[in-house]
Amino acid sequence: MTEPMPYAEAVAEFEPVIGLEVHVELGTESKMFCSCPTAFGAEPNTQVCPVCLGLPGSMPVMNGAAIESIIRMGLALNCSVVDWCRMARKNYFYPDMPKDYQVSQYDEPICVDGYLDVTVTTDDGPRVFRVEIERVHMEEDTGKLTHAGGATGRIHGADYSLVDYNRAGIPLVEIVTRPVTGTGALAPEVARAYVTELRDIMRGLGVSDVKMEEGSLRCDANVSLNRPGDEWGTRSETKNVNSLRSVERAVRSEIERQAGVLAAGGRVVQETRHFHEDTGQTTPGRSKEQAEDYRYFPEPDLVPIAPDPAWVEQLRAALPEQPSVHRARLAEQWGIGDFEMATLVNAGVLGLVEETVAAGVAPDAARKWWAGELTRVANEREVEPGELGVTPADIGRVEELIATGSLNDKLARQVFEGIMAGEGSADEVVAARGLAVVSDDGALLAAIDEALAAQPDVAEKIKGGKVQAAGAIVGAVMKATRGQADAGKVRDLLLERLGVTE
Amino acid sequence: MSSAMESDLIHQSAATLAQAIAEGEVSSREVTQAHLDRIAAVDDRVHAFLYVDTEGALAAAEAVDSRRAAGEELGPLAGVPLALKDVLAMKGVPTTCGSRILEGWRPPYDATVVERLRAADVVILGKTNMDEFAMGSSTEHSAYGPTHNPWDLDRIPGGSGGGSAAAVAAFEAPLAIGTDTGGSIRQPAAVTGTVGVKPTYGGVSRFGLVALASSLDQAGPCTRTVMDAALLHAAIGGHDPRDSTSIPDAMPDVVAAAQQADVRGMRIGLVRELSGEGYQAGVEQRFREAVHVLEHLGAEVVEVSCPIFDYALGAYYLILPSECSSNLARFDGMRYGLRVGDDGERSVEEVMSLTREAGFGAEVKRRIMLGTYALSSGYYDAYYGQAQKVRTLIQRDFDAAFAQCDVLVSPTAPTTAFKLGEKVDDPLAMYLNDVATIPVNLAGNCAMSLPVGLAPEDSLPVGLQIMAPAMADDRLYRVGSALEGALQDRWGHLLIEEAPAL
Repeated sequence: MTEPMPYAEAVAEFEPVIGLEVHVELGTESKMFCSCPTAFGAEPNTQVCPVCLGLPGSMPVMNGAAIESIIRMGLALNCSVVDWCRMARKNYFYPDMPKDYQVSQYDEPICVDGYLDVTVTTDDGPRVFRVEIERVHMEEDTGKLTHAGGATGRIHGADYSLVDYNRAGIPLVEIVTRPVTGTGALAPEVARAYVTELRDIMRGLGVSDVKMEEGSLRCDANVSLNRPGDEWGTRSETKNVNSLRSVERAVRSEIERQAGVLAAGGRVVQETRHFHEDTGQTTPGRSKEQAEDYRYFPEPDLVPIAPDPAWVEQLRAALPEQPSVHRARLAEQWGIGDFEMATLVNAGVLGLVEETVAAGVAPDAARKWWAGELTRVANEREVEPGELGVTPADIGRVEELIATGSLNDKLARQVFEGIMAGEGSADEVVAARGLAVVSDDGALLAAIDEALAAQPDVAEKIKGGKVQAAGAIVGAVMKATRGQADAGKVRDLLLERLGVTE
Repeated sequence: MSSAMESDLIHQSAATLAQAIAEGEVSSREVTQAHLDRIAAVDDRVHAFLYVDTEGALAAAEAVDSRRAAGEELGPLAGVPLALKDVLAMKGVPTTCGSRILEGWRPPYDATVVERLRAADVVILGKTNMDEFAMGSSTEHSAYGPTHNPWDLDRIPGGSGGGSAAAVAAFEAPLAIGTDTGGSIRQPAAVTGTVGVKPTYGGVSRFGLVALASSLDQAGPCTRTVMDAALLHAAIGGHDPRDSTSIPDAMPDVVAAAQQADVRGMRIGLVRELSGEGYQAGVEQRFREAVHVLEHLGAEVVEVSCPIFDYALGAYYLILPSECSSNLARFDGMRYGLRVGDDGERSVEEVMSLTREAGFGAEVKRRIMLGTYALSSGYYDAYYGQAQKVRTLIQRDFDAAFAQCDVLVSPTAPTTAFKLGEKVDDPLAMYLNDVATIPVNLAGNCAMSLPVGLAPEDSLPVGLQIMAPAMADDRLYRVGSALEGALQDRWGHLLIEEAPAL
């Protein structure tokens, strides 16, 4: 295996072309073709019926709510909605598919020719890229296989495999971009920004809970490289990209890997690759050199779909605010500029800040925590900020405690640390760790006296009018109280003690 | 009730039995027991049944009797026994489709047709034999051995619904349900001297009908009289929200049409392409005589041409195998039915392959291979695509013909019943049995076969086919009932009464 090429060199020598296929599980009450519930996490094979189990004789009936959702999604992505289309059968044998074919769409997708503008921050300020969307189509999800035993965790070599058909038949929407060119070194950021934007749109539409960790939003990232002026290279298709962060890392890692292969005179193999969260690398999956023949044909068990244009216009008129418009409005309300907004978006915390503001926290404070301390910890731990275990309500409570003087910023960070460690609510962490600001004057005066005694020269300076020297004593008091004192108060007491006024 | 009837319950029509049960002259239990006795007496030679549900039938009969005794309002066929083709799912009762691959499978749900039969208080006696997955014209492709024609036990009863037709012809049941994909109700009716109707596509729910070719399959009645067919048709027909292809409009009143039995002023078209070469002389003779009878009854007979019908068989043998190759994919040994080769070592692909190798018969494999080929990338347009165009042209032929005529007529099958074994190794000869019935399936309209005499050369029944436009099923009954009445007047009895005693 050839060594990957360092990223900066890779993007200096090659131009990446990326393409993204995003699957969104719709949050409809019932499945796509039957009335089984769709809730996540039920006991295996308890949300099934003859239809989604594909029992002989059973027939699908289209879920009208799913059609409505996908049309709204298409409209939100600036697509045209076709006036007539059909479902198709994609035929292949696999035990996670009860019928050994998947009802999907082939050459007649319901929404086509859309786009999405995404913004990435660069050293030169925000840059907007238009990602063109080729198609938005619907299909049914498959069941879920669990492979027991064996080294690979795949079906080959497993001792046995279990299949759960609860997921089979859940409506799934596939959003396919056209190849995205001209992103250069920003390709990973563009990919991430696109998926983030898509997620926010879907969330705004209320069509899906878009939880990447639960698989309700899944992304396959296609990457190819070519030397400037050459034709596009052979692409790989990376699967298992289960977080926004991974989208970026997977694209970056593929660029490095492919550049290494090409620079060594090798050939990129057309294949699926699996992304590994732990190593940040991809490993080869199924070869796609020989295209599988799915023998698509129109699904004869379902009548064609012909959305009434008047209804489509009603849906268009009722679309919620686009995230970009929404963001502009928030920026104005919060009094922040493009750069600050882009920072929030790229850190993946805009929604969290918004929820936190909605929970009663001042916008500046909400931004400070999410974009600062919590993003820093998330990066350190290589998780999304939303997965840290800190809720908007927690931030609200911490801010209350700061406002009443019970906490300071330093202590607040320790409170969040406790919450993230699973020690309970803000109040529970404060109580358990004894994190209240020391406001007992007696205790503080004792500490001040001790500090003055330890640094008599400083005490003299202050008495002599050098008030700025007070910092050394305040620092010593803060150290002695392990940060639990209110520094302002310590300073006031100190000056009072020494009979000095500012 | 007359004592003659009491001693001869099995030779009565369903309408007569229903009336006698409704009036308390005989109990459903007595009627049901008489038919169970008949099955016990003759079915070792006829082999119409794959499964006799003695307990279930008697329990259903007793339920009808007690409800009648309680003064409840019952349906027009309440208490009358029926034989169900083994291609329809019936809860808890073995459903094999004539295949080894489904041996032992007991569906956990009822087909809509079965639900409606139960709702109409019809007593289901058991499941009838058929060509495997309804592929064949002789029942010789049943994995459980052929059914024998009650007119001559050495001959075929037609197919695929030979079991249902033979059960009715052998007086084992006054009513049966068949399914017709290319003639599987009508051709068996023709060769057994019984009545069979393929309703308009979408007129009877397919939910629970194990699909052969989804765009062609349709369940319908098999009976000894036209009125019985109308009563059964009315009981099972009508919109079903669980079948997306079910027609939402109200179905025409077929019972009233059967009562009307008047062809005066109707224009009847003789299809030029459905006669001549390949049609047995005695079949043509009886057919022409019947047409004269219709003329005599006041119908105007004209000749029409449907030139594209010559291509119907070819188009059918592309569309049917294509759909069937996909519909039958689910029989893979993973979830129900047969599983072969699962020794803990073999892979899932191997087990699927071995199961299908062992579980499917030669004709099923032939059609799966044909369909897999026809749908393959690079061949799709030339085969499946072209066949769909032919289908459209056949619909246009029908449209043009129905612009001139109320109904069209032809012989149902080109020959009378042939000997068992005679064509089983010659697929093309077997396929030609359906040359006159296939156009209706491709166009989606409706047709009936009814007996019009015995061919002079072999004294075997000949069937006449009446074809009507989609959703004009009532015309079949109006014409069929008139013709049946006139022939009965001429012969002094129904043709079936000339069948040799078993």
